[in-house]
Amino acid sequence: MCKDMTTKEHTLKTQEFTLNIGPQHPSTHGVFRLVLTLDGETITKAESVVGYLHRGIEKLAEARTYTQVITYTDRMDYLSAMLTNLGYVQTVEKLIEIKVPERAEYIRIIMAELQRMASHMVAIGSYVQDVGITGTSIFMYNLIDREKILDLFEMVSGSRLTYSYMRIGGVADDLPLEFIPALEKFLDEVPASIEQYWALSSKNEIFQSRLRGVGVISAEDAINYGFSGPNLRGSGVDYDLRKAEPYGIYDRFDFNVPVLENGDSLDRFLCRGAELEQSIKIIRQAIKDLPEGEVIAKMPKVIKPPKGEVYHQIESSRGILGYYIVSDGSSKPYRMHVRRPSFINLIPMDEMLVGLKLADAITVLGSIDIVLGEVDG
Amino acid sequence: MGQIKNHEVEELVQNGIVVTSVEKVLNWGRGNSLWPVLFGLACCAIEMMAAGGSRFDLARFGYEIFRPSPRQADLLIVSGTVTDKMAPLVKRIYEQMPEPKYVIAMGSCAISGGPFVDSYNVVPGVDTIIPVDVYVPGCPPRPEALIDGMLQLKKKINNPNVARLMENV
Amino acid sequence: MSNDKLKDMLVADLGGKGEITEFLSEVVVTITSKELLDLANKLKSDKYDFDFLVNLTAVDFEENFTVVYNFRSLSNKTKLVLRVVISKEEPSLPSVIGIWKTADWQEREVFDLLGIIFTGHPELHRILLADDFEGYPLRKDYKFDSRR
Repeated sequence: MCKDMTTKEHTLKTQEFTLNIGPQHPSTHGVFRLVLTLDGETITKAESVVGYLHRGIEKLAEARTYTQVITYTDRMDYLSAMLTNLGYVQTVEKLIEIKVPERAEYIRIIMAELQRMASHMVAIGSYVQDVGITGTSIFMYNLIDREKILDLFEMVSGSRLTYSYMRIGGVADDLPLEFIPALEKFLDEVPASIEQYWALSSKNEIFQSRLRGVGVISAEDAINYGFSGPNLRGSGVDYDLRKAEPYGIYDRFDFNVPVLENGDSLDRFLCRGAELEQSIKIIRQAIKDLPEGEVIAKMPKVIKPPKGEVYHQIESSRGILGYYIVSDGSSKPYRMHVRRPSFINLIPMDEMLVGLKLADAITVLGSIDIVLGEVDG
Repeated sequence: MGQIKNHEVEELVQNGIVVTSVEKVLNWGRGNSLWPVLFGLACCAIEMMAAGGSRFDLARFGYEIFRPSPRQADLLIVSGTVTDKMAPLVKRIYEQMPEPKYVIAMGSCAISGGPFVDSYNVVPGVDTIIPVDVYVPGCPPRPEALIDGMLQLKKKINNPNVARLMENV
Repeated sequence: MSNDKLKDMLVADLGGKGEITEFLSEVVVTITSKELLDLANKLKSDKYDFDFLVNLTAVDFEENFTVVYNFRSLSNKTKLVLRVVISKEEPSLPSVIGIWKTADWQEREVFDLLGIIFTGHPELHRILLADDFEGYPLRKDYKFDSRR
């Protein structure tokens, strides 16, 4: 029988404790700092500190030509480089008002959806590793599938991570002859592979109870905070730019947008997994309808868009990626601003963490799926 | 006990006895089991993760134990751009590691600032802050290049005199 | 909601102040900082229902600073671009953090890199650069030595 230590004569004196989850930490996905004030194990206040990877890309872009800036966009969200490239070139094309050839549009769709799959695979694998369930095994399986996608990308662009494959007016090079057979072989093998590790993680009872109800954000708050991507769709808001503001030729494809209701970490995670299946559907349709033709429009050697300001946004794997470009008629942008989804998705996190336990901080951070190159820009 | 003559060494080896110096044994041990710190800054960190994956497999060299704490590690792979805000922290992590410690600068941002060297916030190469042993060029370098860099480091550890000579060349 | 209807409603609400144009099929409104809070409250209300502020940034032009807001309405499926022109001698304007909470870090980023002050923001200090950094890098007159 234990004596009750909290009677009037024996009260425990407690004090709040500041814990620094510093820039070098295995679970922060990069150089991100989180300062937590704890009362026991409960978080009372959270403050995120960013900027450890701020490289000044917006200032550098003002001193480079429009084509040279494409290589900087690769290095911002380095896990979805094709998508960041696509957003930038479509913004400049909107300002110049040129038409991209049909074959290039279909190739862009194939590359964008493959990149979305690769990015979600890393997100799923590293998240499961962070939460701790069956640690590294699932991450290893994900990396195997991702390596197959990177082989396909290496076939077309020559690089595994920073492709710079999109160009203003089309894509850099045509597909080699062995690309489509290799892609079809990959699409035939990957559903079985996804099923294998998806079952291990999402159907695991301990995993579900670790994530269910943790880090809840309502639909109204999510829109007010500017949440986007699978995070927004996990809270019940059906807003995917591929359907709401179709760009490129997305309006010709038939696919669903997974939307879940509860707004907690588990729903955000399940949304990402469901999007893998939809991407496979889109790629199959694109291969079937792929026409012959040019892969890049007739562009002048030095690109000089007319004077004006333009804003264009696409649905990247992490959320709404937008580019705002001001042109003064010369060959270099006057101002380029990037609306970075990871940066804005982090804004509600400080409030979402209050009242949770310490271990839940990592759960919530992983479910938002950030990439530090994009947060700091 | 006298000195062991050269022709006697062969006889000993045939009987399963190897004769060497303490320094050689320690270098052999250190070179074959480098423990890196989990320290990824930017895009190169993704290729470092892929090198630890099952396709390129750092484990077959004995290097796959990435330690979260610098006090338990002996190799710092600086993978990514070092900014002014992060530079004092890189130095602190280097100082927290116990001797003997080694540094690999991976990727062109860590070697010389890379494509961001003209920026207002980027340190032009991590060797302005900490001493570097091996440079692995690329943007990002392939995982095979990183493994080659680590094997060069192993060669350097096993032959410290040769490394000292080459530095002054 | 069509662009023409949107333009008519805005003309009525602004009462002749500001400038309303259309560029690349998006409605663009240009005002000064005095009309900002009033118009922002109206845009959030059910009449327009611009509940999503997707982008907040600023540009350093030769004659002035311009703060640019991009809005989306999920229910009406409309877009809007709002440009607020402020002077270079006194670069400040009211913060819209009370209306759209996503303005929190975006306004801090604009302050950090361009030095524009948002009055009413509860925690306006640097976010991306170190706290002891001097100057505002994205201004066109910011000079620094290349470290090549």
